[in-house]
Amino acid sequence: MHPAPSVIVFTTLSGLGFGLLFFLGLGLPAVSGMVAFVFFAIGFALACGGLMASTFHLGHPERAWRALTQWRTSWLSREGVCAVAGLMVMGLYAIGVIFLDQDWRLLGLLGSALSLATVFTTSMIYTQLKTIPRWNMKLTPALFLSFSLAGGALLAGQVTLAIVLLLAAAAVQLAYWKQGDGALAASGTDMGTATGLGERGKVRAFEPPHTGSNYLLREFVHVVGRKHSQKLRVIGFALAFVVPLVLLLLPFHHLIALMAVASHLAGVACSRWLFFAEAEHVVGLYYGKR
Amino acid sequence: MTIQQPKIDLSPKISDEVRKTTCYMCACRCGINVHMKDGKVAYIEGNRDHPVNKGVLCAKGSAGIMQVNAPSRLKSPMKRVGPRGSGEFEEISWEEALDMAVGLLEPIRKDNPEKLAFFTGRDQSQSFTGFWAQNYGTPNFAAHGGFCSVNMAAAGIYTMGGAFWEFGQPDWDHTKLFMLFGVAEDHDSNPIKAGLGKIKARGAKVIGVNPIRSGYNAIADEWVGITPGTDGLFILSLVHVLMKAGKIDLDYLSRYTNAPVLVNQDKGSPDYGLFLRDDHGAPLVINRATGNLAPYSMKGVRPDLGGDFQMGDVKHVSVFQLMAERYLAEEYAPEAVAERCGISATRIRAIAGEIARVAFDESFELDVEWTDFRGEKHSKMTGRPVSFHSMRGISAHANGFQTCRSLHVLQILLGTVEVPGGFRFKPPYPKPVEAHPAPHCQVTPNKPLDGPHLGFAHGPEHLALKNDGTAARIDKAFTWENPMSSHGLMHMVISNAHAGDPYKINTLFMYMANMSWNSSMNTSGVMEMLTDKDENGDYVIPNIIYSDAYSSEMVAYADLILPDTTYLERHDCISLLDRPICEADAAADAIRWPVIEPDREVRGFQTVLVQLANKMKLPGFTNEDGSAKYQDYADYIVNHQRKPGIGPLAGFRGPDGDKAGRGEVNPEQLDRYIENGGFFVEHIPTEASYYKPWNMAYQDWAVDMGIFDSPQPYLFQLYVEPMRKFQLAAEGHGERQPPEHLRERIREKMDPLPIWYETDQHGNEGYTINALTQRPMAMYHSWGTQNAWLRQLHGRNPLYVPTKLMQEHGLKDGDWAKVSSPHGEITVPVMEMAALNANTVWTWNAIGKRKGTWALEEDAPEATKGFLLNHLIHELLPPKADGMRWANSDPITGQAAWFDLKVKIEKVGAPDDLAESQPALPPIKSPVGTGPKELKWKVGK
Amino acid sequence: MTELPSSTDRKLGLVIDLDTCVGCHACVISCKGWNTENYGAPLSDQDPYGGDPSGTFLNRVHSFEVKPTPCSSQPDPAAQLIHFPKSCLHCEDAPCVTVCPTGASYKRVEDGIVLVNEDHCIGCGLCAWSCPYGARELDQAAGVMKKCTLCVDRIYNDNLPEEDRIPSCVRTCPAGARHFGDLGDPDSAVSQLVAERGGMDLMPEMGTKPVNKYLPPRPKDEMEGDIDVLAPFLTPVAEEPKGFLGWLDKALEKI
Ligand SMILES: Nc1nc2c(c(=O)[nH]1)N[C@H]1C(S)=C(S)[C@@H](COP(=O)(O)OP(=O)(O)OC[C@H]3O[C@@H](n4cnc5c(=O)[nH]c(N)nc54)[C@H](O)[C@@H]3O)O[C@H]1N2
Ligand SMILES: Nc1nc2c(c(=O)[nH]1)N[C@H]1C(S)=C(S)[C@@H](COP(=O)(O)OP(=O)(O)OC[C@H]3O[C@@H](n4cnc5c(=O)[nH]c(N)nc54)[C@H](O)[C@@H]3O)O[C@H]1N2
Ligand code: SF4
Ligand code: SF4
Ligand code: SF4
Ligand code: SF4
Ligand code: SF4
Ligand SMILES: [Mo]
Repeated sequence: MHPAPSVIVFTTLSGLGFGLLFFLGLGLPAVSGMVAFVFFAIGFALACGGLMASTFHLGHPERAWRALTQWRTSWLSREGVCAVAGLMVMGLYAIGVIFLDQDWRLLGLLGSALSLATVFTTSMIYTQLKTIPRWNMKLTPALFLSFSLAGGALLAGQVTLAIVLLLAAAAVQLAYWKQGDGALAASGTDMGTATGLGERGKVRAFEPPHTGSNYLLREFVHVVGRKHSQKLRVIGFALAFVVPLVLLLLPFHHLIALMAVASHLAGVACSRWLFFAEAEHVVGLYYGKR
Repeated sequence: MTIQQPKIDLSPKISDEVRKTTCYMCACRCGINVHMKDGKVAYIEGNRDHPVNKGVLCAKGSAGIMQVNAPSRLKSPMKRVGPRGSGEFEEISWEEALDMAVGLLEPIRKDNPEKLAFFTGRDQSQSFTGFWAQNYGTPNFAAHGGFCSVNMAAAGIYTMGGAFWEFGQPDWDHTKLFMLFGVAEDHDSNPIKAGLGKIKARGAKVIGVNPIRSGYNAIADEWVGITPGTDGLFILSLVHVLMKAGKIDLDYLSRYTNAPVLVNQDKGSPDYGLFLRDDHGAPLVINRATGNLAPYSMKGVRPDLGGDFQMGDVKHVSVFQLMAERYLAEEYAPEAVAERCGISATRIRAIAGEIARVAFDESFELDVEWTDFRGEKHSKMTGRPVSFHSMRGISAHANGFQTCRSLHVLQILLGTVEVPGGFRFKPPYPKPVEAHPAPHCQVTPNKPLDGPHLGFAHGPEHLALKNDGTAARIDKAFTWENPMSSHGLMHMVISNAHAGDPYKINTLFMYMANMSWNSSMNTSGVMEMLTDKDENGDYVIPNIIYSDAYSSEMVAYADLILPDTTYLERHDCISLLDRPICEADAAADAIRWPVIEPDREVRGFQTVLVQLANKMKLPGFTNEDGSAKYQDYADYIVNHQRKPGIGPLAGFRGPDGDKAGRGEVNPEQLDRYIENGGFFVEHIPTEASYYKPWNMAYQDWAVDMGIFDSPQPYLFQLYVEPMRKFQLAAEGHGERQPPEHLRERIREKMDPLPIWYETDQHGNEGYTINALTQRPMAMYHSWGTQNAWLRQLHGRNPLYVPTKLMQEHGLKDGDWAKVSSPHGEITVPVMEMAALNANTVWTWNAIGKRKGTWALEEDAPEATKGFLLNHLIHELLPPKADGMRWANSDPITGQAAWFDLKVKIEKVGAPDDLAESQPALPPIKSPVGTGPKELKWKVGK
Repeated sequence: MTELPSSTDRKLGLVIDLDTCVGCHACVISCKGWNTENYGAPLSDQDPYGGDPSGTFLNRVHSFEVKPTPCSSQPDPAAQLIHFPKSCLHCEDAPCVTVCPTGASYKRVEDGIVLVNEDHCIGCGLCAWSCPYGARELDQAAGVMKKCTLCVDRIYNDNLPEEDRIPSCVRTCPAGARHFGDLGDPDSAVSQLVAERGGMDLMPEMGTKPVNKYLPPRPKDEMEGDIDVLAPFLTPVAEEPKGFLGWLDKALEKI
C-alpha cells in the first residue's frame, strides 16, 4: 500500500491523542485547572490534528460530514461517529475538570470508552480488508489498541503503567510482524485464484494493461525492499519501545519524559509507515507484483 | 434502514445528431456513428449496418475523438526556415504554398517529368493519386505496397487472381478448421476478430502458425511456433504429405486449375516450360473423355490431370505431373524439414491429418445450383471447411513470394478456394492477372505517361527499362532485380534518389508516409540522406514536399508542408477502383465526408492535388476550353468517369440514383451516400456467391457492376507461366536479357512452381537470433501515439526475449540489452516472454518516437524508453565478396524483407546514467508546441 | 444505502470469454469514450502528452502467461498467453459498498448494479481498498471514485434502439468475447453459456460472490503425436511419383 503521509500522521497522532484522552477520562492523572487544560489540550490537539490530517487525502473534504451517516455497516463511518462522540463527551468532561473543578466520573468513563472505541474502529477499517491479508488479522486491532494505550500512558505520565503497556505493545508488534509476513501466503490468494487459471499451470503476469501507471499501482502497489524494511523495523522498534523504556527507567525528569514521548512518537510513525508500506493488496497480483 | 437509492437518469440523451462516416484510425475502414453535441464530436461507435464492422469498433476507432482533437495536428502550410531536420518552420498561406509547389512542379513537367518522384504512403486514394501522377507524366509513382506486403498481393494475384490481405476472407460462417500464418493484426482488423469470434462460438479449431504467441495466436487452439522464414518449407511438407496420401481435390484441380495444362518439356526449346496452346492462345489439356488435346475451356472437356502429349520430338506433360515429381520427393517429407522449421515431424503429420480429415470428411453441400464457364450445370456447391489466412509474417521475407505461392497452392490442392467453408474473394476480386494492366513508364515532357504506372509483368517485355537497359523508375521497380514488383519500391526511393542511381531527381513529393522514421529501413541513414548536401552546399535531394496531418518525424525533413485535415474533416472515397470495402457476399464502397469543419488552415490533400492540377492545367483535370474539370476532391468523386458510366463510386449512379456499378453521373451522389450511412452495398446473388472465377452468374453480375467489361473466367495458376518467361530469359532466350550477375538468381528464384529457399544469410555470421516486430492492435504505426488514450496502452516497447535467451544472457525484466545486427546496434530494455519461439526476439512496431515530435514532451516514454528495430535493418545486405550489395528484398517482387533480420544480444548496464534507449537522437523542434497537462474531455453538460 | 440489498430482482453482469478475447483493448477505449461523455464526471487523464501519462479507466485488459504442468501426453507443453479483461464484477457481497462511509456506493435493488453516487462521494478511497479486483479508480481531476456502471445509462436508455441497450464494451467487442445479461436467471443466454463452458469466479475465497463470470480458455496444443487416430487419412497412396500417377488414373476414373 502507498504509505500516504496524511494517513500515517492521522493514525499515529490520533492513536496517541485518544490514548491520552482515555487515561484523562479515567482520571489518570487526576488533574484540574491549568494543568488539566494542558493535558486536555495535548490530547485534543493530537486527536483532532490526526482527524484533520485524515481529511487531506479526501477528494471532497467539504462533504466529510457525510461520512458519519453509514455507521451501520462502515467502520470508517463508525470511526467518525465514535471520534465525534468521544471528542464531544471528552470536551464536556474537560470543561468540568478545567473550569468547574468538577470530575463528572460517568462522563469521564464514557469518554474513555469512546476514545478507545475510536481507536478500535480505526483499526477495524484496516482489519476488515480481506484484500490486504497483512491487515486482515486479529493482531491489527491489538496493535492499534496497545500502541494507543502505551502512548497514552506515556503521555499521561503513568510511568509504571506505561512500562507495562509499552512491553505489551512491543510484544504485539513483534507478533504482528511475524504473522503478517506469512499472511498473504496463508490467505490462499495468489495469481492462480486471481485469474482462475491456477489449475492449468504456473501463472505469470505478462504485459500490464497499460504501460503508463495508474491509480491502482500508485495506491496499492508499493514494494519495499526486504533489507530496507528489516532496517526500518529495528529502528522503529527501538524508537517506539526500547528507547522510551530505557528512559522511563531513568530517574524522572520532564526533559527525559519529553524525549521518551518524542522517541515513541517517531517509532510509532515508523511502524505505521511500515504498516502501510509493507501491506500487500491482492490487486497487485494482477500486475505480477505484491 | 430502508434502502433509498438515488434516482438516476436512466435515459439521458445520447447526442443531438449522429453523423455516419468511415473510420480512418487505420486502413480497415469501418463504418462509424459520430455522435455530435453542440456541433462537437462527443462519442464514436461502430455502425451496425456497415458491411465491414457490423457495429463493432476497435480501440483505435473508439479513440478517434482524441485524434481529432490531438495537439499534434498541423495548423497551416509551412515553409522550412531552419536546416532540414531541425523542425524550424514558418507558417505561410495556402496561396503561397500552392505557388511554391507549382513553381517546383511545372518546370519539371515541361523539362523532364521523371525528375519528380511522387510517392504516397498508406493512402486510400491510389486510383486518384495515380491518375494525377499519370497525367502529370512522371513514371515515378507508387504507394506503400512495396515495403508492406506486395509478396502477398502479387503471389495471390499471379496464382489465383486475388490474395489474402484485403482481397478475400475465410468463409467465417462455414469453416471448421482455420489456419493462420504470420498475422498479428492485418488490415481486416475487425472482420478477422469477428470471424475468429464466430469460429470460436461454433467450437471450430484455429491453428496459429507464428513464432510469437500473442493476440490471435494466443487464442489459437494449436500454436505452431515456427522458425521465422521457414513457412514455405512447412507448407510444402504439408503438400507432400497430403499429395502422397491422395488427400487432394482431384475434381477441383482438373476443372478449375492449370494442373492439367500441358507444359513443353523440350530443354533446348525457347518454349521450354511454356504451355502448349491452341491457335487462339488457349492453354491445352488432354480431354479424358476423348484422349485428345482440347482447349481447357471447351464445353464438356474432362481435363486429365496426369495427361501427357508428344508433339513431334517434344514431350508435354501436365503441370500436375511436374508437381507430383517435385513435391513427392523426400526433401519435403516432414522428417526432412522438421528441424529447420522447428516443428516436429509428428506434429506436421498430425496437422496434415487434421486438414485432410476436416477438408474431406467434414465436407458438406449447399443446395445452390450454379453454372460454370464451360456451361456445365452443378446442382450443389461442395463445401471444404478448411480455410487459411496469412499476411506479412510469411510475406515480409526475401522468400516471401514463393512462400505465399506455396500457401495458395496448398489451398488449391485441397480445393478450398471459392468453395463453402474455404477462402472467398471479395469484389473486385477474383480478377485474373491478365485483367490487370501491365506497368507503364514511357515519359514524354509535358504529356501524360503512356499508361498506368503499376501492374503485372507477364514477361521481360513488361519490364520498366529504358532503351539503354537502365531502370526507368527511380525505385527500380520492374527491373531484373525484382521483375514482378507490382507495387513499386517506396523503400528504395530515398536511397536511390540520394545515390542518383538510376538518375537524379529534382523534387520528392510524398504523402502520408513517415519515411524518416518507422516506414524506412536504416532510419538514421535515411535521415542523413535527406539532409546530405553536395559539394555546392545544396541538398542532394533538392526539394521535398510533404503532406501530413500531424507533426510526425517526416515533417521536419520537408521544405514545404501541405497540412492535411483529419479524417472527420474531409471527403474521401473508398472506391471499387482501388481498395474497396467489399465483403465476400457483396460489393461495397464508402465515403468520408466532413462531419466537422476544420478549425485550422488545413486542406484535404486530394483537394490540394486537384488545385495543383488546375494551376498546371493537367490533362485529365482540364476541359477542352481550358477550364478546370473539378473544383475539389468531392467534385472529382462525383463527376470523374474512368470509363463512361464508371466512376470512383459505384452506388447511387444515374440521374435517379438507382443504378449500381454502371450509370451516369449523379450530382446528388454524395448526399445519397450520407443518407445511407456513408457507404453503399450491392449483394452478390446467392447462385453467384461461390466458385466466382468460374461461375457465370458471378461473371455476369461483375460485368453489370462495371467490375469487368466482359466475363473473365480463368484457371488458377499452380504453375505461373510468366515466371517461366523470366527464367527463359535468364537461360539466354529472347531479346531482353538480364545482366550477368542476376542471371543465376533469376533462373533459381523465378521457379514457376513454388519452392523454398533459405533467405540470403551472408554477412550474418554470429548473428543467430531472429528479430521481429508485430503491430499492436491498439496502435496504428506511428500515428496512434499522439492519441492521449492509446498512448497509455502502448507508451513504450520492451524487447521481448524468450525465457531461454533471458537465462542464457543473465537478463531479467527491465534490464538493458545491446542488440546488434551486421548493420547497427541499439540498446533497449528487455522483458521475458515464455510463449515465444526459443530463438526469436521481438518488439511492437513503431512505438518508439523521436523527441519533439507528435506534440509530446521530450521526456515522453516513447522517446526515452521506446525504440525502433528499424535501425538494425538495412535496405541493402552487407557487401558480398565482389563488393556488390544486394537489396534486402524479395528477388521477385522487391518486397522489403523486414523479418529476415538476425541479431545478437548482450546484457549491458543502463546506457550512461540516463536510462534511455539508444540511439537517442537529438530532439526536433515541435512546429505545433506540446499538449495540455490534463484532459477532462466532455463536450455535453 | 451502504447496506447491501438482501436480494436483487436481477443480477445483471458480464460474461467474459477468455478463450476468445484477443486482447485488442477495444472494450477499454470504448468504455473510456462512453463514460467520459456520460455518467458523472469525465474520466480524466493526467500528463496526457508528457512523460508519465496516466488516467482513469473502468476496464483494463491484462495478459498472463501460463506454463502448463507437464503430463504424459504433453511432456513439454508450450506456454500459453491469456488476455484478461477486468472491470467491476458487480459482486453480490460487495465489500466496496459496505465499507463506504457516506453511502455513495450502493448496489441497486432492481438489477444488482454497483454504483457510486458521485455527488455524495468524499473520495476517501476506502471502497477501492476493499475491492480485490482493482475495479475502482479515484479520478484525479474530479476527486470522486469511478467504477464500471455496467453502462446503466445505456441498458435502459429509451433514446437508444433496443439492440443497443447493452454496455458500450459489449457492443464494441470485435471478437464477441463479452456477453451481457441476467446471471440470476438460469435460463438466460449468459447463464447457459456459463453452465456450458464452466464459467468461473475470480478469487472465490474473498467471498465477494462476483456476478461477472469468466469462461476459461479451452484446452490447447493437443494436436501432437496423436497420429494413429489420423493415420487412415494419411496412408500413402503410393511411395513414388510413378505409382502416384497410377493411383491418379484410377482415382480420376471414379470422378
Ligand atoms: N520494423 C518494421 N518497420 C516497418 C514495418 C514492420 O513490420 N517492421 N512495417 C512496414 C509497413 S507494412 C508499413 S505499411 C509502414 C508504415 O509506415 P508509415 O507508412 O510511415 O505509416 P505511419 O507511421 O502510420 O504514418 C505515415 C504518416 O501518415 C500521417 N498521417 C496520418 N493520418 C494522416 C492523414 O489523414 N493525412 C495525411 N496526409 N497524413 C496522415 C502520419 O502522421 C504519419 O506521419 O511501416 C513499415 N515499417
Ligand atoms: N492495429 C494495427 N493494425 C494494422 C496496422 C497497425 O499498425 N496497427 N498496420 C496495417 C498495415 S500497414 C499492415 S501491412 C498490416 C500488417 O498486418 P500483419 O501481417 O498482421 O503484420 P505484423 O504486425 O507485421 O505481423 C506479422 C506477424 O508475422 C509474424 N511473423 C514474422 N515472421 C514470421 C514467419 O517467418 N513465419 C510466420 N508464420 N510468422 C511470422 C510476426 O510474429 C507477427 O505476428 O496491418 C495493418 N493493420
Ligand atoms: S479497425 Fe479500428 S481503426 Fe481500423 S477502421 Fe476499423 S474501427 Fe477504425
Ligand atoms: S474488446 Fe473483446 S477481444 Fe478485445 S480486449 Fe476487450 S474483451 Fe478482449
Ligand atoms: S468488483 Fe470490486 S468494485 Fe465491483 S462490486 Fe466487487 S468489490 Fe465492488
Ligand atoms: S471513495 Fe466515495 S464511494 Fe468510495 S468509500 Fe469513499 S465515499 Fe464511498
Ligand atoms: S459495462 Fe460500461 S462501464 Fe462497465 S466496463 Fe463495460 S463499458 Fe465500461
Ligand atoms: Mo503495411
